[in-house]
Amino acid sequence: MDWLDWLLLVARVVILFFTLLISVLLYIWFERKVIADMQTRMGPMRAGPRGLLITLADGIKLFFKEGILPTNADRPVYLLAPVLAMFPGFLAFATIPFGTSVTLFGRKLDFQLVDLDIGILWVLAMTSIMVYGVVLAGWSSGSNYPLLGAVRSSAQMISYEVAMGLSLVAVLMYSGHLSLSEIVAAQDRVWNVVPMFPAFVIYLICGIAETNRPPFDLAEAESELVAGFHTEYSGITFAMFFLGEYVVTVTVAAIGVTLFLGGWRGPAPDFLPWLWPLLWFAFKVTAVIYVFVLIRATLPRVRYDRLMAFGWKVLIPFGLVWILITGAVVVLPDHFDLDRGTVLTWAAIALGVTLLLSFVPTGRKTHEEATR
Amino acid sequence: MSEDEGRRERSFLGDTGAVLKGMATVFKQTFRPDDTEEYPKVIAPIPERAHTGRHLLNRHENGLEKCIGCELCAFACPADAIWVEGEDNDPENPTSPGERYAKDYQINYLRCIMCGLCVEACPTRALTLTSYFEMSYTSREDAILTKEQLLELPPELGTTPGAEEGL
Repeated sequence: MDWLDWLLLVARVVILFFTLLISVLLYIWFERKVIADMQTRMGPMRAGPRGLLITLADGIKLFFKEGILPTNADRPVYLLAPVLAMFPGFLAFATIPFGTSVTLFGRKLDFQLVDLDIGILWVLAMTSIMVYGVVLAGWSSGSNYPLLGAVRSSAQMISYEVAMGLSLVAVLMYSGHLSLSEIVAAQDRVWNVVPMFPAFVIYLICGIAETNRPPFDLAEAESELVAGFHTEYSGITFAMFFLGEYVVTVTVAAIGVTLFLGGWRGPAPDFLPWLWPLLWFAFKVTAVIYVFVLIRATLPRVRYDRLMAFGWKVLIPFGLVWILITGAVVVLPDHFDLDRGTVLTWAAIALGVTLLLSFVPTGRKTHEEATR
Repeated sequence: MSEDEGRRERSFLGDTGAVLKGMATVFKQTFRPDDTEEYPKVIAPIPERAHTGRHLLNRHENGLEKCIGCELCAFACPADAIWVEGEDNDPENPTSPGERYAKDYQINYLRCIMCGLCVEACPTRALTLTSYFEMSYTSREDAILTKEQLLELPPELGTTPGAEEGL
């Protein structure tokens, strides 16, 4: 590597960082506009054309506000926590392929910062580290509500990480790679969402829980916990929590697109061949985020015990069963000389029948009847 | 079984369907026109008979003031926002028809709660409410409107100093 390689590497890091930062600003605006539309409002209209710069204005405001350090706070941890909450989202994005490649200065540059062999493990590790930001923030604030919010949040994120891991394991088994670029390459004919649809649904639900978005935003349930773990934060430190939460939402959507929706794949004309994958990727991420926003606008916040029950009693068993089925689909064709598609079709039919059977009355009393 | 009618058997697909139905309902709302009014860029017309804003002291057609300085409005005011000082009319040059007139008349809009009881109390319809609501002041003195100001019609909506900053 000579100096040009180093320069290009630094440039790519900086460009990726700022692209993600700007896309997060746009995405916050997008979310506010979509939610406003669903509530027959207009949303932000003043800062910039149709309120496009509202997040920038918010950010500048927060930047110049006073940061308050509570008397009881554990100073170093209190200041470290927002950093831990913000950066994992950015770091996880480093392994995501969001385009093909472009040739600059005689060097082939991938639209992917690093193609780790263990890309998906890196992503999981980074989303786990985010929990530390939340827990440490709640603990170091020296106050009751942040602590309660942090405890809830850590329990929730760790529980749902298990189910999320299970859904990812199914994808890994099916595509046979840990590297994200290889997983995208394996989806050249059929996107993983078709054979792995149940895993996709589990991933979406867990993604919402991982990012503490409504309806799973119990860590900051304002009706009971003020603002949860970031109650005591203000000014720039609060802005970092806010930013981190939305960065990780974009990251989770991007991972979902990479693993299930074919990544940057999409029909592309010959004109500017490197541009279209980028646009496809952006479009798919936006679509997934739109679903997140739609879910947020629709569903009320889940009660805490039901959240945990849903995670442990529904998602994790379901994920395990799906891994079993995926394992059968992957292994059986080799042993019995079958086509993978045939096995998959039969598995899907079996699953469909099982789901239809859930319509059959069990004779078990509903909760309302039992407590009448 | 009659009271159980309409109760849905809980099932995986049924519950999922309910969630999806809810999401579809929310999605449909996207296409409804917005209810937002972009005040002060666009000032929606106020209903003609809405009287919810600043007071106005009326005059008779011959230019004499309707107010007779009886102070009933001040007595009716639950917020003690009105100050009236009555005096005998100069018989040669009367300010209002009859015996007395209001020498001084002030309404403190830091106190006024826009309840309209003063208007109901007024025996001569001298005091009425307009629908001018753009009343924001930067000092206490500005918030107390004098008799001269209350005799004037309020300005058009959107012309208040400072309104352009909201555009």
